[in-house]
Amino acid sequence: MTEASLIVSLPLLAAVVTAASARVARPVGLIATAANAALAILLARRVLAEGAQVTHLGGWEAPLGIAFETDGLAAVMILMAAIVGVAVAVQASDDRTPRSATDPGAFWPLWLATLGAMNALFLSADLFNLYVTFEILGLAAVGLTALTGTRRALRAAFDYLSAGLAGSLLLLLGVALAYAAAGQVDLSVVPALTESAQGRISLALIFAGLAVKAALFPLHFWMPAAHSSAAPVASALLSALVVKAAIYVALRLSLDGGIGAEPLRVAMAAAGAGAMLWGSWHALRADRLKLLVAHSTVAQVGLISLALGVAPGAADSTLWHAAVLLMLSHAFAKAAMFLAVGRIAEELGHDRISGLNREELRPGAAEFAFAVAAVSLIGLPPTAGFVGKWVLIEGLIDRDAWIWVALVFAGTVLSAAYLSRVVSRCLRGGPHVAPGARRPQWRAGDVAALGLAVSALLLGLGSALPFALLEITVT
Amino acid sequence: MSDLLPLAILLTSLGVAPVILALPDHWSRLRTALNLGAATIKVALVAWLSMAVASGADFGVGIAIAPGLSLELQADALSVLFLALSSVLWLLTTIYAVGYLEGGTDRSRFFGFFSLCVASTVGIAMAGNLFTFLVFFELLTLATWPLVVHRGSAEAHRAGRIYLIYTLGGGLALTLGTIWLYALAGDVPFTPRGVLGDLPETHRASVTAIFVLLIAGVGVKAALVPLHGWLPVSMVAPAPVSALLHAVAVVKSGAYGIMRIVYDVYGVDTVQALGLALPLAALAALTILWGSIRALRQDDLKKRLAYSTVSQVSYITLGVALISPLAAIGGLAHLIHQGIMKITLFLAAGNFAEARGVKTVSAMDGMGRLMPGTTLAFTIGALGMIGIPPLAGFVSKWYLGAGGLDVGQPAVIALLAGSSLLNAAYFLPILQRAWFRPPPEDVVPKRGIGWMLVAPPAVTAALVVAAGLLANAPFSPLGWTRFIVSLEYL
Repeated sequence: MTEASLIVSLPLLAAVVTAASARVARPVGLIATAANAALAILLARRVLAEGAQVTHLGGWEAPLGIAFETDGLAAVMILMAAIVGVAVAVQASDDRTPRSATDPGAFWPLWLATLGAMNALFLSADLFNLYVTFEILGLAAVGLTALTGTRRALRAAFDYLSAGLAGSLLLLLGVALAYAAAGQVDLSVVPALTESAQGRISLALIFAGLAVKAALFPLHFWMPAAHSSAAPVASALLSALVVKAAIYVALRLSLDGGIGAEPLRVAMAAAGAGAMLWGSWHALRADRLKLLVAHSTVAQVGLISLALGVAPGAADSTLWHAAVLLMLSHAFAKAAMFLAVGRIAEELGHDRISGLNREELRPGAAEFAFAVAAVSLIGLPPTAGFVGKWVLIEGLIDRDAWIWVALVFAGTVLSAAYLSRVVSRCLRGGPHVAPGARRPQWRAGDVAALGLAVSALLLGLGSALPFALLEITVT
Repeated sequence: MSDLLPLAILLTSLGVAPVILALPDHWSRLRTALNLGAATIKVALVAWLSMAVASGADFGVGIAIAPGLSLELQADALSVLFLALSSVLWLLTTIYAVGYLEGGTDRSRFFGFFSLCVASTVGIAMAGNLFTFLVFFELLTLATWPLVVHRGSAEAHRAGRIYLIYTLGGGLALTLGTIWLYALAGDVPFTPRGVLGDLPETHRASVTAIFVLLIAGVGVKAALVPLHGWLPVSMVAPAPVSALLHAVAVVKSGAYGIMRIVYDVYGVDTVQALGLALPLAALAALTILWGSIRALRQDDLKKRLAYSTVSQVSYITLGVALISPLAAIGGLAHLIHQGIMKITLFLAAGNFAEARGVKTVSAMDGMGRLMPGTTLAFTIGALGMIGIPPLAGFVSKWYLGAGGLDVGQPAVIALLAGSSLLNAAYFLPILQRAWFRPPPEDVVPKRGIGWMLVAPPAVTAALVVAAGLLANAPFSPLGWTRFIVSLEYL
């Protein structure tokens, strides 16, 4: 078996094992997450060395069989999920984390199912497969949301489930219509879909379903509650990765010519701009840290959607790279941020923003991780967020799209405003901190948050690697 | 191997910053050893680099970030000018800061960001293209913020917020200008005499707009009026941070940015052809006068010094904008001269406050008798600022004036005379109080301050004298700037 089939089957198999025996869940989960990361690296190396890979499962070729296609984009996304996954697993495996958050009987199988479903999604080359993997992913994600078992979390999880089902329904309808229109569901039929009315309707339905799942403004209503009431490790996964799955599919379809129609692209960019303003406004007013971070996800998804909307697809070779880089940057930084918030809330016993200062003992490492992640999300150099915004703005200036440039800058200013609310409070020593006061011990969760935040920072310097990978496509 | 010298110079401070940040606060010995060790090694490496650059060596090292985008470090004569200033003053400021913050809180955070600040400054000095410059310029903003708010008071946080709004705003303008320029012209390496000379005429409007954006971006840190508001507010920061803001790193990075943009991005000919030189010179002249006039009315000693910086840093801009080799020599030399004079003043002012609680001009009575050494250092700095020969400030003003005549702008002489009169009007009363008035009856008893606070301003005061007296020596600031200007104008 090749890396491509292994990287799907291994996490799913491990999910079954961890579900069967809570006793071995933690070690098996950690080993599977680490092995997945190793496979992701191997896969990326192979793609770099040998070009895009196509695997026909069971030897059946499309349209009858299922094909996995590993191009540069898929390899980058799989790596992204693997790296975020390692950090989240490290924090989740910390013994002292409150039981409810990471009950090994529940967390590990859900996480591994999420991982396997996502890997399969990134490799899928036909619409129906995308739909199926989305369903697995959506169910696992609802489970993750409900993990803490609090009333608030359960209600949020139910709303998430309802929204997710509505999205799936739209998606399924779209896929069925596409099948009716084109006679097959391979992604290569997408350009043909844009030519018939029925095909265009099917694409519109698919994009609407994706918008719900990606929490794209104004269909984001379910997301802040879900992401802010879940356990920190779950929020990190939901915000950093699960939302990206829908954006990824939108990108994949648009690369295949799926949003050739101007109105659809403008709608995506405009919704993105709206999300940036709306999410930022709510983040500015949020009183709890997790709520602020969740609303920031609404805004950042908006930025990525804007980048997708203004990129005219595969013909233009650089603008969609910006969207991918922004996705990577957001995945690392936002996961780091949720993990950091988890540690801060754990040490302080609350996550009220107004209560961040004047504490005797402060989780310095986690606060520092938050600050570094904030630098990435704002898009200041030398982070990946900065490189992504640079490529995006340069492309926009190239085609004289000054309105979008202004909107991206407005989003940047707003993100600096709401994130500095938190960071400035972390800098407040106040008279209560005695010299040499004992600070909380370093914990695995701090290392995970800091590691991810620094990765987001360094990815800016190492952007050459994702850019090189993104050049590799199936010919 | 020697190609890696710029990287080594960057790493001396960039490498120790995270280590210091992670140290527990009470490990002060190890922290001090790391700080001073790194600063000393940096001075030695910069000395090595200067020798090599003087003998014509080229340094360059870089990594590609994205297609058409790379981080490049290089070392040319202009880099060395700024490197020498920042590395020598970093060493002195570190010694001062160790003494100043003894027993304080959050020292690991302070010194960690302090190192990061200097690392950014060094990166700015050695940036090989506009992109790299931008990266380190923004990093400097972020690294300085925790230092400005170090005291943790509400006032410090207000200052920090204002600092951040100004500098991040400037950063946005600089970012937009840089991306726009890259979209037009591709990579913009710093090249003597500029790279935009052969851009087609159709881009004239864009290139002019980009110039305005870039200058506005760096102009915030260079405290050009009306973008200077953050500087007087930031004087609430501890004395070593003021030294960093006013002399070592921040305003200097702004002024240095103006040099790079005018000389090595646009080139003096292009700036003149676009008709941008005169407006820039006029803005500098306005800033020189405005800063001095505002300084007159400040009773708070550090605030008076801050407005004086607003005024004095614009001599550098003026020297660049006059587009005359002689004026350029004056302006570039003033980068160093203003640095050593202003750090002397701020460190001395810090000592007045530490030892006697003196923070205002009106409380300076009799300080010459109470603290003769520190007051002498302060006096040398102040007289240098006024431009009394043979101190460093005189040399700068002489060349600026000569440059003004050179390009047929005798108004420059009037400006310099007027500004010098204003300088005298706000500095001499301080000196008069300190030397010729008796100490007040209820003088605050002296708090002992160690050699770490006394020595640095003494050394920098000696440098002010030496830079003036030995101006003609080959490695003096003046000698080195002549070397640079010969490259930019030949």
